[in-house]
Amino acid sequence: MWVIYTLNGLYFAALLFLISLGLNIILGVMGILNLAHGSLYAIGAFIAAWIVITLGTKVPPFFLYVSLLSGLVGVAIVGFLMEKSLIRFMYKRTLEYQLLLTFGALMLLEDVIKMIWGGQAYYASAPFELLGKVDIWGHVYPTYFLFVMFIALIAGLCIWLFMSKTKLGIMLRAISLDREMATGLGLDITGLSTFAFVLGSGLAGLAGALVVPTTPALLGFGHEPLILGFIVVVVGGLGSLKGALVGSLLVGFTRSFGIAVFPEIELPLLFLIAGIILVVKPEGLFGR
Amino acid sequence: MLTIDNLKKHFGSVKAVDHVNLEIKEGEIVSIIGTNGAGKTTLVNLISGYIKPDSGRILFLDKDITYAPPYVRIKLGVGRSFQLIQLFSNSTVLDNVRIALFSKYGMIRRGLLPADRYSSVTDEAIKILDSFSMSDKKNLTPKGLSEGDLKILDIAIAFALKSKLLLLDEPTSGVATNDKFKVMDSIVKAIKKEGISTLIIEHDMDIVSGYSDRVIVMHEGKVIAEGKPNEVMENKEVKATVFGIVS
Amino acid sequence: MVKNPRWIVYSLIFIALLFIPRILSIHDLMLFEYGITFAIVGLGFNLLLGYTGLLSFGHGAYFATGAYTVAMIAKYLPQAYSLEILIPAALFFSMVLSIIFGFVSVRHTKIFFSILTLSLSMLLFALLFKLYHITGGSDGLRVPLPTLFGMSFKGIRRPEFLLGTYYYFLLGMFSVSFLVMKGIVNSPFGKALQAIRDNEVRAELIGIRVRRYRLYAFIISGMFVGLGGALWTFVNGHVTADLSHWVFSGEIVYMTLLGGFGIFEGPIVGAIIFTYLKLYAMGNTQYWMFVIGGTLIVLVLLLPNGIAGAFAGLWTKIKKVIEET
Repeated sequence: MWVIYTLNGLYFAALLFLISLGLNIILGVMGILNLAHGSLYAIGAFIAAWIVITLGTKVPPFFLYVSLLSGLVGVAIVGFLMEKSLIRFMYKRTLEYQLLLTFGALMLLEDVIKMIWGGQAYYASAPFELLGKVDIWGHVYPTYFLFVMFIALIAGLCIWLFMSKTKLGIMLRAISLDREMATGLGLDITGLSTFAFVLGSGLAGLAGALVVPTTPALLGFGHEPLILGFIVVVVGGLGSLKGALVGSLLVGFTRSFGIAVFPEIELPLLFLIAGIILVVKPEGLFGR
Repeated sequence: MLTIDNLKKHFGSVKAVDHVNLEIKEGEIVSIIGTNGAGKTTLVNLISGYIKPDSGRILFLDKDITYAPPYVRIKLGVGRSFQLIQLFSNSTVLDNVRIALFSKYGMIRRGLLPADRYSSVTDEAIKILDSFSMSDKKNLTPKGLSEGDLKILDIAIAFALKSKLLLLDEPTSGVATNDKFKVMDSIVKAIKKEGISTLIIEHDMDIVSGYSDRVIVMHEGKVIAEGKPNEVMENKEVKATVFGIVS
Repeated sequence: MVKNPRWIVYSLIFIALLFIPRILSIHDLMLFEYGITFAIVGLGFNLLLGYTGLLSFGHGAYFATGAYTVAMIAKYLPQAYSLEILIPAALFFSMVLSIIFGFVSVRHTKIFFSILTLSLSMLLFALLFKLYHITGGSDGLRVPLPTLFGMSFKGIRRPEFLLGTYYYFLLGMFSVSFLVMKGIVNSPFGKALQAIRDNEVRAELIGIRVRRYRLYAFIISGMFVGLGGALWTFVNGHVTADLSHWVFSGEIVYMTLLGGFGIFEGPIVGAIIFTYLKLYAMGNTQYWMFVIGGTLIVLVLLLPNGIAGAFAGLWTKIKKVIEET
């Protein structure tokens, strides 16, 4: 059973990684904590679920997987609109206003989801079932979960390469290190900030899309991932990609083993561990 | 009063404070001069407790305060003002000084009666503002003050802490040249009246020679000269490093 | 105190409030009572936000603590179910929880602080939700009418209770909270908190132990919020785990901002207006969250000082014009 728990831990970690990576990019480059990040995750799930259900059996299975990317694209667009209409007013304001604005956005988006997709659950299990199961060291395990881990890994690698090797990525990192200096260097802060927000949002949307074949999309979908995402960010360190990875693994495994051993203990245990880490290292494991 | 023993603070490869020894006696006004980056502000930060040294000792009134947290040093009597003014931007001038007094007298736990009821503290705050000629501005907030007044307020707050040792970081920077002497006059008058020992970081040599009992010269983290103002000014090494005069 | 014209206004308002039960219908009175309990919450919350500069997104936890203290005593200790025990108990448990959560949270600032307080309140939410044998989980617990100094209300239906004795009790509690908070905010302690808010470094360097005083502010605000929560239960008749959910905490922040966190009376104004706004929205559309969320966004962008703050600013401008003519 330990094999299963470990694999589950990796699966949770994969999803959390995408979510917290998005949060961290936005937080690092823009200094904004987006409380509506969970809502973006939920929108990604709903968009993907809707498309998968609509396409149904009309297309070859391969396209169903590609269609999951619709979650990423859809949410990227939403993120773009959000940034242009709301977030860009927040740069000069203090933290209180940022949190309140994104909180308002959260409430707004929650009802937007209700308006578009109503209150029912959307089951889009085809991608999950089609991949069947695989045998790992004598245990049967759904292949789809491995697929998710794979995607998350690819995404992580892409982001890492992007951030360290491409000009655009380096510019983003420059802004996150010192916004004022970056302005002085002539970087297009506005454009880059929009891009960072779109990228971060897209990752949340991707996570939502990936999870939807395994869990139905429901209202209130984004709340738990948001909290867990916050814990990852706090434990791993604000703005740190490495921290997002390590934090996700930590939270993922705690969740997986916690649920298996004693379901009620999962969240308290998580907080206990997070609390201990923060006492020893208040800025998080890899924080500045 | 204050003894600094072999104090060292490096920031990576930068030797901000490099084995500095110095002493300040009771009632003395000592100025520190030196080029930018010579380590003067770091030294003041170490003495006030804002940062901790790598090695060495700081003794104040024979107590070792090298690693003591700021509130301990303030209780013992170390006060400071800032190069970049640090005020309580949303409080009145009176409150800025009064809060320092409340803190000093350990009264900030008192949570029920309005601050105005504490008439002795309020009166004392007004008296302090008076000695700096600021009491007419007591109900203004920092937004409504001139640069020179902001500086004086900054120092008045440090003063209110009834410090035995006052650390003034560039008290006249940002003040119009015409006002510099006025500002220093009111500060030094108040200091001399209470017999407070003072360490001043200054760049303006007229101020330094006009008000100091002793001058210490720092360069690249080390103390390179010490003595009465006119002696130090004649020192060849000082002239070369600080004033850039080569003879 | 008597010289200050403000107190004349406060007294007049207080007297007016005494007559409210005669003017309002039972439904409107309930609404008003909700508003008053949240006004107490807002006063407490703003000590931490407006006066100490810390934004907690988890104060629902203390509201829930106060509320569940009442509900649990109703369920497990019915013999102690009287207001004179319930109120101190609620204050006590809110204090304990805010000491624990506060101690962990005040070591951090700004974003970290907000995230931590949010997460800790969700921890309580999880406990309240999952331990449904004890807490009723998502169904919650019922809150019957309490006794007050031996006066029993058996046989009286809730609306009559609320219309009569309870209103005055609530008004009394609100007045006490108002006066106590007024005192705190103007005291040397209150000044120290404001100093911490304005310039943490300077505050530390005049001898204020910043972390410790932040904790004190945290505890006091937690207790006020817990009191509000406890008083709220009798109006609502029912408590659920949602009270500790971070979205509820967000509503507390919302109210405070709505009224304006820069003025003492701001949160009171905000609480009353928000209560009406929310119920109006909920009563008129199923998409009330859209309305509330949208209003919040508009508010943040246009009225950063809140409604009371905007009025205060307007008043200052008017005064200036009068002085100049």
